Amino acid sequence: MSIALIDYGAGNLRSASKAFEFAIAAAGRDDKVTITADPAVVAKADRVVLPGDGAFADCRRNLDSVPGMVEAIRESIVARGRPFLGICVGMQLLTTRGLEYGVTEGLDLIPGEVRAVTPADPALKVPHMGWNTLQPHGDHPLLDGIVTGPEGWHAYFLHGFHLVADNPDDVIASAQYGGDVTAIVAHGNVAGTQFHPEKSQRLGLALIGNFLAWKP
Amino acid sequence: MLKTRVIPCLDVKDGRVVKGVRFVDLTDAGDPVEAARAYDAAGADELCFLDITASHENRGTILDVVARTAEQCFMPVTVGGGVRSVADVRALMLAGADKVAINTAAIRDRRIVADAADKFGAQAIVVAMDAKQVSHGSEMQRWELFTHGGRNATGIDAIDYAIDVARLGAGEILLTSMDRDGTGDGFDLALTRAVSDAVKVPVVASGGVGTLDHLVEGVTIGGASAVLAASIFHFGTFTIRGAKEHMAAFGVPVRLE
Repeated sequence: MSIALIDYGAGNLRSASKAFEFAIAAAGRDDKVTITADPAVVAKADRVVLPGDGAFADCRRNLDSVPGMVEAIRESIVARGRPFLGICVGMQLLTTRGLEYGVTEGLDLIPGEVRAVTPADPALKVPHMGWNTLQPHGDHPLLDGIVTGPEGWHAYFLHGFHLVADNPDDVIASAQYGGDVTAIVAHGNVAGTQFHPEKSQRLGLALIGNFLAWKP
Repeated sequence: MLKTRVIPCLDVKDGRVVKGVRFVDLTDAGDPVEAARAYDAAGADELCFLDITASHENRGTILDVVARTAEQCFMPVTVGGGVRSVADVRALMLAGADKVAINTAAIRDRRIVADAADKFGAQAIVVAMDAKQVSHGSEMQRWELFTHGGRNATGIDAIDYAIDVARLGAGEILLTSMDRDGTGDGFDLALTRAVSDAVKVPVVASGGVGTLDHLVEGVTIGGASAVLAASIFHFGTFTIRGAKEHMAAFGVPVRLE
């Protein structure tokens, strides 16, 4: 199976590709991970990953600056029905619009909006930064084997904005931080994590393994 | 629940760890990547590299360290030291840093904070502040920023500055007490509390840790979201796990897995 990691000038590509290679080896698979800025490679890949590190508007500009990339993402997801994973801002870009540094259009694959995290408890700091546990919203193959709940495994978060989905069913896990912070979304064959699986050790590698095995 | 972070900090000069790391038997105690791997395995929540390379020609060495670390361990990394421009921030982010700490450059011109946050998001931009108490006796406590390892006064009030850089887009404050740094006497808790109360963003307490109680106090009294220490971990006085178990025993939520 071929896995394309989209290179559009975002950081953390090395970590992400190494984490995928690690998860592939751990699962005894023989998938091949490619970091690519070539839309043709993305369109044909069996699975596509959109990492992201930065501000929504800037990431959108960078994605648009790779000719044909947005079209390739749509071809992969819509025409070919391939499983897709967005990470952090890569996940946020999947929704309708982002409100960080002005209003910016997203790819509108998961209806919703990226809004500032606003904990109900004013003592809680923003950005939401560090290790938090996950609260599942029902079963989902991406959560297989991951210990959730207050005593569960931890994911590494680093964000001041999060995806607020129009359809609550699209959120499959949240983190508790003075209210629900969206942690994992999935809509058809499109999924995303707000946290960084490539930095989330056991939980992150399990999630990547689940994504590789996912048959949406 | 979000956990309080324990962050070891490594001083790196010309691509090598200053004084070395001795808490485990490393093949090369001066290799920052080996040290990062050891801290990753030990359960550190993040790692901080502080680049103290003096010559501009050798500034590229830290990029190589960050890139190799990002390839070899799945641990969040903050990199600071000598960051002068948005281009420097970009280079470190592309090498694999999760956050970049800006210190003197932001004192010179605070616009770098806004410009970097606009590009990389506030969550990736840390402003590192080195503060010293300047009030005397029974005066109301005041702290000012210092540069060059605490030698040069800037006359800038630490609290006002923290508020301003947080407004401009700093996503975190790395707060070092230059009065306490290297003393082992514990954090400057009044300073930590004053900054933490003044800003909405997380504050990382730094400077002065000598005992595990100091780590607890930084959170419970100082209000810090994370605690940073160097020598107590590097030389094996305490383990990361021991530190976290101690914090947990005093009711500080930590990640133990």
